[in-house]
Amino acid sequence: MSVHIQDETLSFEEAMEKYDPVLGFEVHVELNTNTKMFSDAPNVFGDEPNTNVTPVCLGMPGVLPVVNKTAVEYSILIGLALNCKIAESCTFARKQYFYPDTPKNFQTSQYEDPIAYDGYLDIELEDGTVFRVEIERAHMEEDAGKLTHMGGAAGRIQGADFSLVDYNRSGVPLVEIVTKPIEGAGSRAPELAKAYVAAVREIVKNLGVSDAKMERGNVRCDANVSLRPHGQEKFGTRSETKNVNSLRAVERAVRFEIQRHAAVLESGNKIVQETRHWHEDTRSTTSGRPKSDADDYRYFPEPDLVPVVTTPEWIEELRSRLPEPPAERRKRLQADWGYSDAEFRDVVNAGVMDSIEETIAAGASAQVARKWWMGEVSRRAKEAEVEPTEVGVSPALIVELDRLIQAGKINDKLARQVLDGVLAGEGTPEEVIEARGLAVVSDDGPLLEAIDAALAAQPDVADKIRGGKVQAVGAIVGGVMKATRGQADAGRVRELILERLGVQG
Amino acid sequence: MNELITSSAAALADKLAAGEVSAVEVTQAHLDRISEVDSAVNAFLHVNTDEALQVAADVDKARAAGEKLHTLAGVPIAIKDLIVTKGQPTTAGSKMLEGWMSPYDATVITRIRAARMPMLGKTNLDEFAMGSSTEHSAFGPTRNPWDLDRIPGGSGGGSAAAVAAFEAPLALGTDTGGSIRQPAAVTGSVGVKPTYGGVSRYGAIAMASSLDQIGPVSRTVLDAALLQEVIGGHDPRDSTSLPDPVGNLVEAARNGNVAGMRIGVIKELQGEGYEAGVLARFSESLELLKDAGAEIVEVSCPNFKYALGAYYLIMPSEASSNLAKYDGVRYGLRALPADGPMTIERVMGATRAAGFGDEVKRRIILGTYALSAGYYDAYYGSAQKVRTLIQRDFDAAFAQADVLISPTSPNTAFKLGEKLDDPLAMYLNDVATIPANMAGVPGISIPGGLADGLPVGIQFLAPVREDARLYRAGAALEGLLEQKWGGPLLASAPVLGGVK
Amino acid sequence: MSEINREAVAHLAHLAHIEMTEDELAKMAGELDVIVDSIKSVSEVAGEDIPATSHPIPLFNVFREDVVGQTLTNEEALSGAPDNAAGRFKVPAILDEE
Repeated sequence: MSVHIQDETLSFEEAMEKYDPVLGFEVHVELNTNTKMFSDAPNVFGDEPNTNVTPVCLGMPGVLPVVNKTAVEYSILIGLALNCKIAESCTFARKQYFYPDTPKNFQTSQYEDPIAYDGYLDIELEDGTVFRVEIERAHMEEDAGKLTHMGGAAGRIQGADFSLVDYNRSGVPLVEIVTKPIEGAGSRAPELAKAYVAAVREIVKNLGVSDAKMERGNVRCDANVSLRPHGQEKFGTRSETKNVNSLRAVERAVRFEIQRHAAVLESGNKIVQETRHWHEDTRSTTSGRPKSDADDYRYFPEPDLVPVVTTPEWIEELRSRLPEPPAERRKRLQADWGYSDAEFRDVVNAGVMDSIEETIAAGASAQVARKWWMGEVSRRAKEAEVEPTEVGVSPALIVELDRLIQAGKINDKLARQVLDGVLAGEGTPEEVIEARGLAVVSDDGPLLEAIDAALAAQPDVADKIRGGKVQAVGAIVGGVMKATRGQADAGRVRELILERLGVQG
Repeated sequence: MNELITSSAAALADKLAAGEVSAVEVTQAHLDRISEVDSAVNAFLHVNTDEALQVAADVDKARAAGEKLHTLAGVPIAIKDLIVTKGQPTTAGSKMLEGWMSPYDATVITRIRAARMPMLGKTNLDEFAMGSSTEHSAFGPTRNPWDLDRIPGGSGGGSAAAVAAFEAPLALGTDTGGSIRQPAAVTGSVGVKPTYGGVSRYGAIAMASSLDQIGPVSRTVLDAALLQEVIGGHDPRDSTSLPDPVGNLVEAARNGNVAGMRIGVIKELQGEGYEAGVLARFSESLELLKDAGAEIVEVSCPNFKYALGAYYLIMPSEASSNLAKYDGVRYGLRALPADGPMTIERVMGATRAAGFGDEVKRRIILGTYALSAGYYDAYYGSAQKVRTLIQRDFDAAFAQADVLISPTSPNTAFKLGEKLDDPLAMYLNDVATIPANMAGVPGISIPGGLADGLPVGIQFLAPVREDARLYRAGAALEGLLEQKWGGPLLASAPVLGGVK
Repeated sequence: MSEINREAVAHLAHLAHIEMTEDELAKMAGELDVIVDSIKSVSEVAGEDIPATSHPIPLFNVFREDVVGQTLTNEEALSGAPDNAAGRFKVPAILDEE
């Protein structure tokens, strides 16, 4: 097993003092069609290996591909949403390389004439500035099967004794979106990288053409980075970092590559044009082995498929199916939810807008949804260093917890413990409450005893309340909560105290 | 010989329909003939005895029960072993697929099953259909029934020999540059390459996708038409399948007639390089056609001289890609490297080294070269332009003529081993058949007589989708020649096996 | 003569994943050299104004509706595999690392 050598890096600030980064992205989007790109096998994730396959998916002798019309339409929709031109006529091509996850040892893709080209996407950064990313092309292709490396270090290709191949994913429709070189982002390059990929993910999700789950590989990003000294026109040599499969990783990988490139250039060496692999555990990239055929894919027109020809009528019909663009959608949601600009921006930046929308749809109020996603869930995400959506909290769970709070069964503090239990797999919220004995003390008898004790312990405060200083009730509530070890419903305690003292709340 | 094996498919179909013979009797007669002569001919790689007899028995039962059956129900057929079949091995004539059983049927096989034709077995071929002599089969050469020391043509030498040796009344072939027509020519049988897209390629192991076409092999023009109507027609599993049928072929074959037909003699497909005996038979056919009322015109296709070169760029290019899938991972042979690291890449390399024969390797390397960086435009790109020029030549020729005519092959069957070490000489066998594949036009080869005791083929070509014209012209010439000879050419073939 | 020599064939054989011995490389180079020489003429007639033909019969927009069809069972999928394990195709290590 090879020894992993950590590359030298320069600090990001030092890198920025001397160099301008130029970025480029290839984002692969898996479409959520019923069937695969060229075969009528089901496009389903997570089934038993090698069951969602036809002879076509396995590249058996004699098979032929037939294009999935829905996949073509989804690709055009993506092109339109990226403000691209749609090709009047385009063809498929074979990209040839040998790899065991590629059943024909060529990938059916597009080469000279992609279905969509010359588009752009306006990316809003955290502070509200808008950066235009130009799209070179979006083309149709097919996914490969899945390799599992066995023996050696867990799941890694290095040191594996053998590998197992599952072709269930083989032939799943992909759209590859390629940007033009992105210049001028400066020190905001990492932020822009994350925002760009987030925007693409949002668009394809909003279109309904992809499940858009990065953790499942529905959206995968290869990030190209190069540096050039300030004032230089010519691009530097680029590296292409693969396997960057979360938004956070995109940002970190771009930042790391900028720092690594800067260190190489500073030491007077040259950047090697190569594929790099991103490792989330070490937060660094390593050099990929050069693919044996990397320099010669021997593309040629796919003779088993005929051209796709689009008519203006077809494109306009598809355009009419486009949903509300994300930017407009954001405006509408902010108004609907009544969030301030600052609140809404925080929600968007935290990546929880969709979650909040789903939570509201599931029955929570806009304020409750925000409280949970921006509070407890975000806190846990930060602790675990994952995205809030990856914590494991579903909109339905939040609605359920809120219902239990409203019903007075638990309070906010207990709700957090209930959440611990649910996330630990202890069952439903109700089951966790039962098992952990977390229900608030709702029998007024013991509460009244505790209230009387608290009032007796602080007679001056009791007098103040009787005299109309209702806000002083907090001190008594605190005493009661302490006495009941937090298991009382603070709201109910307050009511009972005021009732006891004959004061209107 | 048993009359059941010398009968045409059409005659057998009539006898079966009339209840004069049973499908089991017909099938058994052919299986008997195979056991009798195939050790000498080696047309079959696999004989499908049990299933064939079962299908035949089912046909007899169904007929007895009064079920409406397809015309060819109970008429046996042999299948070129490039076409995948469930329940029978499919090898493509290669060690790479030795022992492999397809889990699915080719579309043409599904249609043959639907017509309830007993499949006698799988026939020999040049490995992955690459060759013109069937000597490139990994399982030994097939021999020409007219002279067992000679080649039966290729790549479909097995299908042609099986039909010519009366082992099967019908067979399926595939034609990429002449692999149906040239074997038909040198064995005295009939072979048709339909219009590209006229018969589904789904389940035909691909050599060159834009050139490959499945078609019928038979002893009469009518039989070929009957079979093409079974296997032809649109298939949604083949994106290059024509959406509409190509016309009424059987009717055309039953009404062979050239009166008033303009027949174009292709200037470039005769003369130098063609054997004198071949040209003599060709001239005789032209005379007969003229006497029957055809108008013979000369047409020029100046770009045909580039067809062979362009073909030997396009075919290997596509083949190099189509054959990449044979790598020892999913099916077929896996060979391990003799030494050094046992990585998947090296196992693939060793598998392909051990599984492919020399001609296949030659074409894969040639195709890899033609597609590689820096050469694509000069080679593959140029060849595709030549393809346009050949199409234009055909367009111009068909403006002057309804059908075109030429010898199918420049020579008769040569001796086994004669051209094995000279790939270029071997490639020249297809010089007259290749233009049709380049342009997608249909072609037929029918027996045109003997030269030095060996069959000569006459080829008709028609515009795309006009397969019916081939059958009309082919049936007419067949009738004229048989009238002249006093019977079918194959009646004069040497007797193999038992007493005639 | 053409550019096909032993080194070129070695590179092509590598691209095509066919292991070849020195003898095979030399023999193949000789044969291909002759073949390529004889077919070179195609590049001379292919003028820039001539369009390329990739399909003999022009068709377009041949599509399939997005409806699930018959799949193979796992047993059928693996039936021809040289080696398999756990319902998957088993292949030797991808990288050479001792």
